[in-house]
Amino acid sequence: MKKPAWLNVERRPAASGRLVFAVSIIAILAALVVAGIFFQIYGVSPVRAYQVILKGALGSWLGLTETVRRAIPLLLIGVGLTIAFRALFWNIGAEGQLLMGAIAAAGVALFSGLPGPLLLPVMFIAGFAGGAAWGLIPAVLKVKLGINDVITTLMMNYIAIYLMEWLIHGPWKGPTARGFAYTDQFPRAAWLPTLYGTRIHWPTLVLGLLLALVMYILVTRTRSGFEIRVVGENPDAARFAGISQLKTTLLVMFIAGGFAGLAGVGEVAGIHHKLLGPLNISMGYGYTAIIVAWLARRNPLAVIITSFLFAIIISGGDVIKVSLGLPFQLINVFNGLILFFLIGSEVFIRYKASFSFRRQ
Amino acid sequence: MKRFPGVVASDGVNLGVRQGEIHCLLGENGAGKTTLMRVLYGLYQPDAGEILLNGKPIQISSPRAALTHHIGMVHQHFRLVPTLSVEENIILGLDEGTGPFLNLRKTRKKIREISEEYGLPIDPQAKVWQLTVGQQQRVEIIKALYRDASILIMDEPTSVLTLQEVDQLFATLRTLVDDGLTIIFITHKLNEVMEISDQVTVLRHGKVVATLPTSQTDKPSLAKSMVGREVVFRLEKSVVKRGERLLQVDTLHALNDRGLPAIRGVSFDLYGGEILGVAGVSGNGQAELAEVLTGLRKATSGRIFLGGKDITNRSAREITDAGVAHVPAERIRMGIVPALSIRENLILKSYRHPPFSRLCFLNRKESDAKARRAMEDYQIAAPSDETATKLLSGGNIQRVVLARELSGDPRLIIAAHPTYGLDVGATEQVRQVLLKQRERGAAVLLISEDLEEIMTISDRILVLFNGDVMGIIDADGADVEQIGLMMAGTRHEGAVGEETRVA
Repeated sequence: MKKPAWLNVERRPAASGRLVFAVSIIAILAALVVAGIFFQIYGVSPVRAYQVILKGALGSWLGLTETVRRAIPLLLIGVGLTIAFRALFWNIGAEGQLLMGAIAAAGVALFSGLPGPLLLPVMFIAGFAGGAAWGLIPAVLKVKLGINDVITTLMMNYIAIYLMEWLIHGPWKGPTARGFAYTDQFPRAAWLPTLYGTRIHWPTLVLGLLLALVMYILVTRTRSGFEIRVVGENPDAARFAGISQLKTTLLVMFIAGGFAGLAGVGEVAGIHHKLLGPLNISMGYGYTAIIVAWLARRNPLAVIITSFLFAIIISGGDVIKVSLGLPFQLINVFNGLILFFLIGSEVFIRYKASFSFRRQ
Repeated sequence: MKRFPGVVASDGVNLGVRQGEIHCLLGENGAGKTTLMRVLYGLYQPDAGEILLNGKPIQISSPRAALTHHIGMVHQHFRLVPTLSVEENIILGLDEGTGPFLNLRKTRKKIREISEEYGLPIDPQAKVWQLTVGQQQRVEIIKALYRDASILIMDEPTSVLTLQEVDQLFATLRTLVDDGLTIIFITHKLNEVMEISDQVTVLRHGKVVATLPTSQTDKPSLAKSMVGREVVFRLEKSVVKRGERLLQVDTLHALNDRGLPAIRGVSFDLYGGEILGVAGVSGNGQAELAEVLTGLRKATSGRIFLGGKDITNRSAREITDAGVAHVPAERIRMGIVPALSIRENLILKSYRHPPFSRLCFLNRKESDAKARRAMEDYQIAAPSDETATKLLSGGNIQRVVLARELSGDPRLIIAAHPTYGLDVGATEQVRQVLLKQRERGAAVLLISEDLEEIMTISDRILVLFNGDVMGIIDADGADVEQIGLMMAGTRHEGAVGEETRVA
């Protein structure tokens, strides 16, 4: 590609935090502008659309609480993904890990026969284990056999989706479900408490906030966090220093898969109280969380903010459907655009562009 | 003038180069040589100042613009596509042929003409990965000439070449200059300046210290103006009593990355208070030997004993913990984590041990203290210990690696090409550090392609050829010619026998 003579592009040795922040904001604004074109195509003024979305997602008590409950799975998964991405493990499989967590928790709730007070804790443990197991398989495949992590994690999503479909249509189909494809309702003891009058299952929210803090400390202050960063930044130096790539990769995927599994527990125990179709349970939290983690620049604490931001967008999807009669899927366009501009904006973090209009 | 955040890399430099001369740009690492040349080649834009070509001011906004002004550059690290052929690499980025079709016949003819005219023999249809480093450099030169370069910038062109290849390169450069080309030759090697250049410009801290005809200067005064102080060319090697046998290598075998035998039955002993130099042409098993000894590569057979304990095929971590330090050949690829800070790189191998960590937490205060001490002891020049290591110059990166590897007083030090690519000041420092370790009683295995270095600081010299030991001789009174023969595959039987008997 030919570069105009007045444009100079140079490598930037180190980018300041303020620059990264500014570039991220501009990327989001650019995505808003381009998404506006789509609203325009549907005959809705973009300005009005954004007003409606903001008002719907934040302007009313109900809207706000719905936004917060959407943020919970994004927060849990996003925090886990920052850890995987730090070690340069490209986990695209959080969606499947979430579903496996939901399946494991549902299995415990429905069939374990555990006494009431034990039920929820065991569901969380089982959910974590289910998600972690789903995450560890691609980790082993990558380190031992060199199989591309993007492909395996992505494909594992489909296995989880169809496993769940099979369970709710087949062996786990509830006798009381009147022919619908879902399980029986969980016993009351397996329901997560919610904030009064809302769907915010607060124990999961507290867990997410806590884990964000713990993971921040893990990355910045601990030996394991140091190993994760070394493996991610320079695998050769890690080998040289005797840091095991296998152990580190297993650790990050244990965390990332497990946290996604916890998100799955929250959805079934906090919202649905039964296992139902994969699309009803998640509708893409696992994919959206990739953007959440990326926008947070792999900082677990920043995920608290970015997960809320994307929860607004998801809530906005409900709003535009109800208030404007637009398809819910528009928000996927929106998410895609944000990721597109975020990745594109990396250029401005790594390079410095300047202009010179002097005559040749 | 060119500024980088925090540093002025090139500060009010005035450089005048006459047509048809070889002009050496001499300076230590980080003196601003490469920055200056990148400005000329359009990779960086000057923050102030101008460039005149034949008296006319020009603006060079990109390498492509540089080419329209007939300025070509041969980078220190080649810009070639290994899987493509020579001719394909040469026309890369040019509009050759008609429409969407390539016409390589014309290209081939022109390449042949260039290669004959300037003594640059090359097979245009060979794939680049099949070529030796010297041949690849030839491709880079032809690439520039093919684009009608009349000013050729060469960035440390000899750093990757063997002695013979250097001679050949110099002959080529002379033909080019006779033909009217102008060559800017970046280097930090004084010998080369004296041998090849007509004019020399010395840079220090981004400023021009001197510009003068080479005939009016000599090595010591150039070194002085480059480093800013007197440089000792002869290192004082004190007499150290040979200690106990620390390392015993017994008929070691190992494969290279492609699964072919790289080390075939290597045996030697190494004692405390001794530096054993490993000489050889690159690619004769040196890299693999260092890796097997440090646990980064598996031995297929044979034994390695450290202080009498078998450490064969132990993990890198176990070997490190047993007191073996490794200064790796590729210091940026392996030796450091570029994005992490100096402080974090300094604890890369000790972070698991107290005082740097307690339970599973890292102790920031301790690593901070260690970093500040190391930066002082090893004169690591950086704004702070939180500076990302990738922002340091080559010499400072090597200081970081040395500071880390030598902390904790290792028993055995495997140093691979420790001064490769370093300037005079840093080289001197590294060699002195190794000698100090020897005085302390450590055993040092020094792998180097710089024969002068090996002969100056080693006690004994081992020559590797084709993965096999051609002999081990005393460095005192060693004869370059004899070592040269051994490097070419002649066995020196006597010395080997003696060594084995001593062992």
